[in-house]
Formats: sequence, structure tokens, C-alpha cells
Amino acid sequence: MSGAGWVQFVVLIIVLLVTAPLLGRYIARVYGDEKKAPGDRVFLPVERLIYRICRVDPEREQRWTRYALSLIGFSLVSFLALFGLQRLQGSLPLNPVELPSVAPNVAFNVAVSFTTNTNWQAYGGESTMSHLTQMGGLAVQNFVSAAVGMAVMAALIRGLARRRASTLGNFWVDLTRGTVRILLPLSFLVALVLISQGVIQNFNGHTVATTVEGARQLIPGGPGASQIAIKQLGTNGGGFFDMNSAHPFENSTVVSNFVETWAILIIPFAMAFAFGRMVGDRRQGRAVFGIMLAVWGAMSIGAMLTESGGNPRLDDLGVSQTITEDQSGGYLEGKEVRFGPAASGLWAASTTGTSNGSVNSMHDSATPLGGGLAMAHMMFGEVSPGGVGVGLNGLLIMAILAVFIAGLMVGRTPEYLGKKIQAAEMKLVMLYVLAMPAVLLTFAAISAVYGNALGSLNNDGPHGLSEILYGFASAANNNGSAFAGLDSSTTWYTTTQGIAMLVGRFLLIIPVLALAGSMVRKERVPASPGTMPTHTPLFGGLVVGVVVIVAGLTFFPALALGPIVEHLSL
Amino acid sequence: MNRSAGSSARDRHPLPKRSLFDPRIVRGALVEAVKKLHPRVQARNPVMFVVLVGSVVTTVLFIVDAGGNTAAENVFAALVTLFLWFTVLFANFAEAMAEGRGKAQADTLRKTRAETMALRRRPDGTVEKVPATQLTVGDECVVAAGEIIPGDGDVIEGVASVDESAITGESAPVIRESGGDRSAVTGGTRVLSDVIVVRITARPGETFLDRMIALVEGAERKKTPNEIALNILLSGLTIIFLLAVVTLQPFAFYSGAQQNVVVLIALLVCLIPTTIGALLSAIGIAGMDRMVQRNVLAMSGRAVEASGDVTTLLLDKTGTITLGDRQAAAFVPMPGVSEDRLAIAAYRSSLADDTPEGRSIVSYAKAHHGVEGHGVNGHGQGDTAVLVPFSATTRMSGVDDDGYQVRKGATDAVQRWVKESGGEVPGALADVAEGIAGAGGTPLAVAEVHDGTARVLGVVHLKDVVKAGMRERFDQLRAMGIRTVMVTGDNPRTARAIADEAGVDDVLAEATPEDKLALIRREQRGGALVAMTGDGTNDAPALAQADVGVAMNTGTQAAKEAGNMVDLDSNPTKLIEVVEIGKQLLITRGALTTFSIANDVAKYFAIIPAMFSGVLPALDRLNIMGLASAESAILAAVIFNALVIVALIPISLRGVKFRALTAATMLRRNLLLYGLGGLVAPFVGIKLIDIAISALGVF
Repeated sequence: MSGAGWVQFVVLIIVLLVTAPLLGRYIARVYGDEKKAPGDRVFLPVERLIYRICRVDPEREQRWTRYALSLIGFSLVSFLALFGLQRLQGSLPLNPVELPSVAPNVAFNVAVSFTTNTNWQAYGGESTMSHLTQMGGLAVQNFVSAAVGMAVMAALIRGLARRRASTLGNFWVDLTRGTVRILLPLSFLVALVLISQGVIQNFNGHTVATTVEGARQLIPGGPGASQIAIKQLGTNGGGFFDMNSAHPFENSTVVSNFVETWAILIIPFAMAFAFGRMVGDRRQGRAVFGIMLAVWGAMSIGAMLTESGGNPRLDDLGVSQTITEDQSGGYLEGKEVRFGPAASGLWAASTTGTSNGSVNSMHDSATPLGGGLAMAHMMFGEVSPGGVGVGLNGLLIMAILAVFIAGLMVGRTPEYLGKKIQAAEMKLVMLYVLAMPAVLLTFAAISAVYGNALGSLNNDGPHGLSEILYGFASAANNNGSAFAGLDSSTTWYTTTQGIAMLVGRFLLIIPVLALAGSMVRKERVPASPGTMPTHTPLFGGLVVGVVVIVAGLTFFPALALGPIVEHLSL
Repeated sequence: MNRSAGSSARDRHPLPKRSLFDPRIVRGALVEAVKKLHPRVQARNPVMFVVLVGSVVTTVLFIVDAGGNTAAENVFAALVTLFLWFTVLFANFAEAMAEGRGKAQADTLRKTRAETMALRRRPDGTVEKVPATQLTVGDECVVAAGEIIPGDGDVIEGVASVDESAITGESAPVIRESGGDRSAVTGGTRVLSDVIVVRITARPGETFLDRMIALVEGAERKKTPNEIALNILLSGLTIIFLLAVVTLQPFAFYSGAQQNVVVLIALLVCLIPTTIGALLSAIGIAGMDRMVQRNVLAMSGRAVEASGDVTTLLLDKTGTITLGDRQAAAFVPMPGVSEDRLAIAAYRSSLADDTPEGRSIVSYAKAHHGVEGHGVNGHGQGDTAVLVPFSATTRMSGVDDDGYQVRKGATDAVQRWVKESGGEVPGALADVAEGIAGAGGTPLAVAEVHDGTARVLGVVHLKDVVKAGMRERFDQLRAMGIRTVMVTGDNPRTARAIADEAGVDDVLAEATPEDKLALIRREQRGGALVAMTGDGTNDAPALAQADVGVAMNTGTQAAKEAGNMVDLDSNPTKLIEVVEIGKQLLITRGALTTFSIANDVAKYFAIIPAMFSGVLPALDRLNIMGLASAESAILAAVIFNALVIVALIPISLRGVKFRALTAATMLRRNLLLYGLGGLVAPFVGIKLIDIAISALGVF
């Protein structure tokens, strides 16, 4: 790997180490139980206005059931609004190139995709969606679906932090505060930086240009930067353009690429520190951050090295893949030359470790191992660092699982942060752990033998299986990135992936809220030398082990027949 | 209950001793293992139920396909099927082994429960003879010397000595009398002297003896909360692996490498957590059994589990932390008196004192001042000596010998005696006595009248003696994160002094039963789990409130019913052992769970290449163990999976070795041993079995 690649990686870690604790502290104040938070003078009037319009009493806290119902109700309305907007866009304004309304199966898939924070795109961005749909539908969901995930996280942390309580906060308040205080200001800043790098922001339709060769080319326009900022920050990932962040109008320079990579990771990593502060033990937050960083770091290095290492088959053909003055070296199929294999590998690991799913290279074209790593990173349940809010939830579930398996070995029934983990909690944890693999493996298995589904494949053999597995791993984990070889616009895929996205979202969120509701009632056993420590490197290693072993045992057979055999056959 | 510590429970156990692997128990367990194949028994254990179903399916497939298969294919299918059945049988065997010792002991108890007849008193005072089994609550029975008490109850008339060895194993008789804390009697015990009238308090079939039989037999064993939670985890993992294996067939079909169902079932059984699934109930039963071996009857497995979680121990000072009685610790002479002189006088005055305090003065004088051979009169044995025993009015004891008189007793009583005898009381006496009392001790003054002159010789310092090794015990408990609170009726100052010496964390002084209850509630509100011992009726509310309440068997019926354990030895120090057994149980469970899950990694590396390298040769590079053939690889994994259950039976019955360590240290050690060990062991085991299989030339 090139020196520049390493430098970029190390600088990114340093920037994260500086910014994540700062943002985490701020987020803890946004969701914390203290009355005051920074920026009240600016934000409070806005929020009060929203509460008044929506008739929300911000003082009224909710039990987990009411919290969950509010969340489901909100998501349902969001889904219907987005579905309606797509179906009617042909007769609505802000449609300069007069795009038709979206087909029902695609509209269903997209509506599910954006309300579940997946942003799987079974359509071409600039050639399907009007500016109104992009701004009033997709971009709005980019904000609120991310805020929903963060709200669930806030509820879970409160469940762990409070003792002998019954309520978890107010969903509408958490949704509003997350959007107004975290996502909007950060997006504004990131959008400005992106515009400075040449990312487009206008209301134009297509500009007609004549190329040097004399051909006629349509150059698209639109409000790009504003949407790209939130697509990265909110771990959404849905591109303004079909080529996503590989498109120069979305991601123009090395600087914009760096800022976007940072934007993908910053909120999920910051959540770890927010968690530590909110439960009143910052060591716990640092441990969670360490776990996230270790897994993400290992996967990033793996992906960067494999993509930089090139493909041995090409060596056999006498193609040079080494770094020289003239070329960046490595395996460049499906990659942007301006980013090179290292930055592409780093992005691939980052976008799959979060539930982001935006891409700056085509994962389908990556080396089998690089593609396999991206796939496995999603199959870990996206906990390193995971989607905004939901990533921390997943990691805390894994921590509880680790505590339960190994915690008995200290001679006490398991407890996390002083709260006993009993049958009721284990049921919810197992529901959470089961939902994603169940929907992923079931649909992938059917797709592997169902003739109609097989027609969507661009490749046969192990790579074809990888395309199927990747597609459902992405949907079931609400990632949204794709092995582009798969044609997912068929009725089979729009439907099954739509279901997979719904399961991957709500069958995870509801157990988490129920778990929070169960935990919030418990007393916290005070920590003593007899308490299993959950802030040490040993515990961190244990959680990493549980994440890897649980995912490994679940997906190893399938992966063996896809990316692993493909890699071993090289 | 003021029995000294260290009385070995093992020597006096009422139940016949059997080793864990007594051949009779093993034989019984082998039979039980087959009986337990009944689907209704298996359905209670979801993991093993899946194995049972798998075994049945492979058996059917083997029979159906036998005709069309090659000989090698048949041998392979037969061997896989055989070891799947063994997996189920080994699990049954483990459970039967754990139950074995309890069953044998219950049989013995049943035999000793002879068909007793009772003399029931009618309202008019006459008696009638009825079988003990017909007695109901409120009946009054007359029991005379030599008769067996027909049921549990309270003595309402009379006093008698009772032989309770049938229950406690303790052969020394105990006194039972009406009223107070010594009124409870247990059915099946024998009256040795006198006649008592007992009012029955237990319904037939619910007596202590009945409950004891049920408990050691494990008849009413319910899954404990942690076992239920663990079963949910194991079921969840089983479902995940079921999914992974079921969906593997379509993926294999896509890859052109469709699999034999026998192989898929073998993979499934290897992956689901059979090791812990097979041993889970054995571990729980063995934990209860270890309590019984220490003469503690836990009323439920839940109580055993809770004892591992205990964070606060309430320990009675007397009998638990200190020896029951105060003992001489120093002689403090008055000015002008030598210490040896005082020692001799104290020795003489105590020869007639048969109380533990008096005896302790005699032995202290012997041990520390070489006082030996002095007769009562001080110069060899004399006949003229008159012993003056302790009385409540004089509050002194001593000896009169031909004009020489010596007295020992309460300071004020001795002062008065000296003044009455015409002597002077030195001012130092009050200071010394006050100093001793302030330090938590009891001062006893010693004075003599010699040649007509009365004088105070000095003071004996009696104090509570902390049992040997208690400080180390408390240090260990602290390391394990357990707070100890000493409960005593002493004043705060005295209590604090003893607490500091013993090294307990906190003190509840001048404690009333209400204080105790309030303390438990306070601790529990703060998230603590509390364990305590008690024996009196007024302890009952606290025993019921505590998370672990150990009632002394010598205690009242109310106390025994309020607690969730009964200590047949009535040894309050045992509370610490109870906590350790609880912890050991949980550690064993956690260790084997971790081991079981870690095992799976190696099994994948054995089975996946074996399944697919025929069609996808590249996957043979995953065969990192270099196993001989596909068949031997799969067989080796299945055989290892079955044998590891047998290999772990001893550890699940005995429990993992327990050491008092901090949680962090324990986690590190056990994770290394059972986590890393669980990762590595099957690589070695499967390879060895594979070598054996190929050496035998089977495949």
C-alpha cells in the first residue's frame, strides 16, 4: 500500500480521536437528563415552535411501549408520504427534466429504503427522481430516519442509566432535538466544505455540452452538496447520482473524499463517548469506542491492503500492479483513479461498518477478499461503529451477550452496568440477534435456487452467490451499498429486499426498546471487586470475539461458497 | 448454636457417604440414561431435543438408503448415526450421574422413616393411638422416652432430651422444651428422656423429612432463573445454526455441490451448543448436591444461585466471628503485686468455676504463667479447702482454705467483699476495669484475704476471641466484592473493637431484630443482595427478607420456614461456604458455556472443507488440520462432539476449582482456560480422532 494511503488512514484516526469525544460530549447534553444544553438560545425557540405545531408536550415522558408506538407511527407516515411523492412526482413542480412518476414496486422499495435509513437504490438517482422528490422526500428522510435511530439509542442508554424508573424519554422530543441540534448544524458545515471542493449545489436541469470528440453530453445539475452532507452524516448513503460518491459532482477531490469518509464515521463513533457520559462512567464509553475502532481499523487495513495488493491473475498476464510514478498501483477495476485503491478500501470498510452504504468505488469489482470483507463487515451486524444510534445499540446488545456468556465465569449471574441480565432480557437479545441472519439467509437461499431471481445476476459461480449475499446483507443491515452486478429492480428483489429492510430495521429497534423498558426498571447493583469489569481491554477483546464468532458461525458456510472459495481459487 | 467452628460436617452426616463415581451410582445412571430417551424428558432441553430428532432422522435415512448405498457409505452413515445417539445418551448419563447420589441418599432416608404410631390427645385428656400419617395441623401428641416424635411441631408441655441424629447426624442429644426458641421438634427424631406434648405444625407429606427426601432426590427441581435465561441463549443459538445449516443446502445446490442430509445433520449437531446443553442440568443438580454434602438443605436451586450473587453478608458476632464465650486474654496486676502472683490467685479462684470463662482462666494461667500443680490450697493438694461456687447473689466464685480466701468476680462485687473484709481498694482498680470495658472486654477482679489482710490483686481481662482465620476469610470475601456486616447486641464501642480485630467491613451494634430487617431493606434498596443466618422466631422476618436466609436447624420452626436454606449443623460460619458453592456453580456453568461455543470454530474448519472440497477443490485449503478424508473429518468432529461431553462430566459434577479472587482476575483466568482452551482443544481432539480413524483403516 502507498505511503499516502497509510498517511490518510492515520490522519483520519487522529481526526476521529479529536472530534469524536467532543461531539460525544455535545450529544450527551442533547439527550441527557440535564435541563440545559449548549445552544439552547438558538435551538430552543425552533423546537418550541415545532412542539407547538405538532402539539407535543416535551415534558411528558413515555414508557417503552408508547415510545415504540410513536416511532412506528412516525415511520409509517414517513413511508406513505414518500411513496405518494414518488408516485405523483410527474405532476408536481421542481421537475425540470420532466421525469415520470416512479413505478409502484420501485416506489415501495425506495420508500422502505429511505424510511429505514437503508438508502438502497433500486433506481438511478438523477434519471428517476425529481428535485422535489430528492429534496422534499429523500433528503427529509435522510434527516429524520437518522434521528429516529439516534432516538432509539438515547432511549436505550436511558434504560441503562436510570434506576427503578419506568419511562425512557419522549420520542418526539428526541426526534426533534436530534434533527435540530445534531444533524442540521453538522450537515450545514459539511455541505459548505463540500461546495468549496466543487460539489454541485443548484436547481438546474441538464446542461447540454459538446465534448471534445464532438459528441452531445447531458450534464446533470441539482442540489447535491446539501443532500450529500446528510447522506454521509446520517449513515444514509443514498446518492444524488447513480454513481454515488464515485461521481465527481458528489465527491470531487481528495479533500472532499476525506471529509466524506470522516462524515460517515463521526456520529457513530461519537455515540460511544455520549454513552459513557450518559451512564455516568466515561470508561464504559471509551471501551465501546475502543471495540468499534479495533474492528473498523482491522477491516479497513484488510480492505486497503487487499485492494492495493492487486489481483494475482493480472500478474500472470504480465500486467504491472505495483506503485510507480505513473500509476497508483493495486487493483483498479471499478475504482476512481483520483482516489486509488487505498482510499477506496478505506471507504469500503467505513461504509459497511456503518450502515451508510454510499460508495466511492464499485464493490462488485473489488477483489474477492476485499468484497468479502465488506460483506462480512455488514454481517457483523454493523457495530463498528454502525449506523447513527443503531450502531451503538447493536454493540451494546453484543456487549450484553458477551456479559451473559462469559459473565458467569466470575461467579455471579450476569449483569451489565449493574443491571441483572435475566430471562426477559435474553429473549429480547436473542430476538435481536436472530432477526438479521434469519431474513438474510432465508431470502439469499431462495434467491440462489429461484430461477427468476437468478436472472438478476451479472455473474455465475461464486461471484454470483456473492452478489446475492451482498444484496441481502446490505438490505437486512440497512446498509444500502450494493454489489452493482445484481439487478435489483425486479419485483422479486424490490419486494424481498423491502421486507429484509423492514425486518432489519423494526425487528431490531423494537427489541431494543423493549430491552430498554425492561432495564430501566431495574436497580443497579453497585460496582465492587466482585463485579465483572466491562471497561477493560480484556472485555473489549471478549466483545470483539463474540461479534466475530457469532457472525462467523452464522455466515461462514455461505461465505465459504461465495467470496472465500472465489479468493482461494485465484 | 454457640458451637465452635470447624466442627466437621462430613463426619456426622446422617446420609451415607458415597463418592461421586461410586460404581453403584454409575450402574444406575447407565440404566437411567436409556430411560431418559423418552421424548417428554428430552423436550425439556431444546438443544438435546434437536440432537434426538437428528438421530432419529439419520437412523431412518440409514435404513432407507442402506440398499442403494456402497458399503463405505453405509459404514459412514452408521457411524455418524451411532455417535449422534451416543451424544444424546452421554447427556442423559451426565444428568443421571448428578442425580445418582441424591437418589441413593433419599432411599436411605425413606427406609429410616419407619411407620410411626402417634398417641393423640383427645380434648378430654385421654389419648388414642393413630398412625402418624393421619396427624393434621393442631393435633396434640404425647411422646415419651424411647418413642419417635410422629411429626414436626412445637413442644407445648414439658421438657425432654431429644436425639436428632436421624436428621442432623449429630449424636449428642439436645434439650427441647415448651416456650421460647427451643420448642421446635422434628418428626423422625427420638425422645430420650421424660415426656413431652407436641402440637403438630406440619401437614402430612409436608414434614421436614418429606421435604428433605424431595430435596436430595431433586424431585421438585425447577429450572433456576439463570438456567432459564441460559436456555433461551442456547435455544437462540440452536435456531441460528439450524438456519445456517438449512440454508446451506440451497447455496450448495447453487454451487453444484448438493449435500447428503446425514452430513448436514452431523454439521448441525456439531454446531449447536450440545456440550453445555448436555451438562447444564447436571451442573445445577450437582450444585444442590454439594450443598447437601455440607449438610445444607437449599429449598430451591434459585437459592443456591442467589448465594453466588450475594454482595452483603450479615454475620452474627457470637458463634460466627468470635468463639461463643469470652476468654481470658491478660492478667493486669495492681501496683505492688507480681503478675505471677495474680495468675496463681486467678487460677485457684477459677478451679471451682466450671463456666467457659472460668476454664479459660485456668488454661491461660497454665499456658502463659506456668501455673501448674497448685492444688486448691496453693501448696499441694489439701483436704481443708472449701470451694465457693458462683452464685447470682455474690456474683463471685473462689476458695476458702484454712483462713486463706480468694475470690474472683464482677469488679463491684469484689470491691465490696474486700471492703467488708477490712481491706483497702486501690484507685488503680477502677481505671484498669474501665480501660478493659472500653476496649470491648470484660474485667473480672481477683482479691484475697491472707493472714487477715484483704487486698485486691488485680484484674483478669476477658475478651471475645475472634476465631482463627476469620480475618483472612473476610479479606477473601472483600476481594470477591462481598461486604461483611457484623451483627451484635453489644454496645457500639465494644462492637467496633471486635469488628476491627476481625476485619469486617461494617457493624450493626445493639441490634434488634427490627434493626436487622431495616438493614437488609436498606442494603437491598441500594442494589445489594443480602445473606444472613438466623435461628430465633424473631429472626423470621429478616430471614424471609434476605435474598439468602440460612436457618439453623436448632432454630424455631418459624425461622426454618422463613429462610430458604436450613443448615443441619447449625454452624453460622457456613454462610461463607454457601456463598462459595453458589459462585462455584455459576462459574462452572459459565466456563462450560464459553467452552462449548468456542469449540465450534474448529468444527467448521473440519466439516466445511470436507463437504465441499470435492466439487470446489480450492476449499481444501481451509482443511488446516490436514484431516485424512472428508468422511473421517466429519466423523472425527461428530465423535469429538460426543466424547467431550463425557470428558467434562467430572468437572460439571465436582464444579470448577474455586478460588477467592477478584472478578477481573477470575475473568482473565477462566477466559484463558475455557475460552482459549475451548478454541484450541477441538483442533487437537479432532486431529487425534482423525488419525485414529485413518489408522484403523475405516476411511
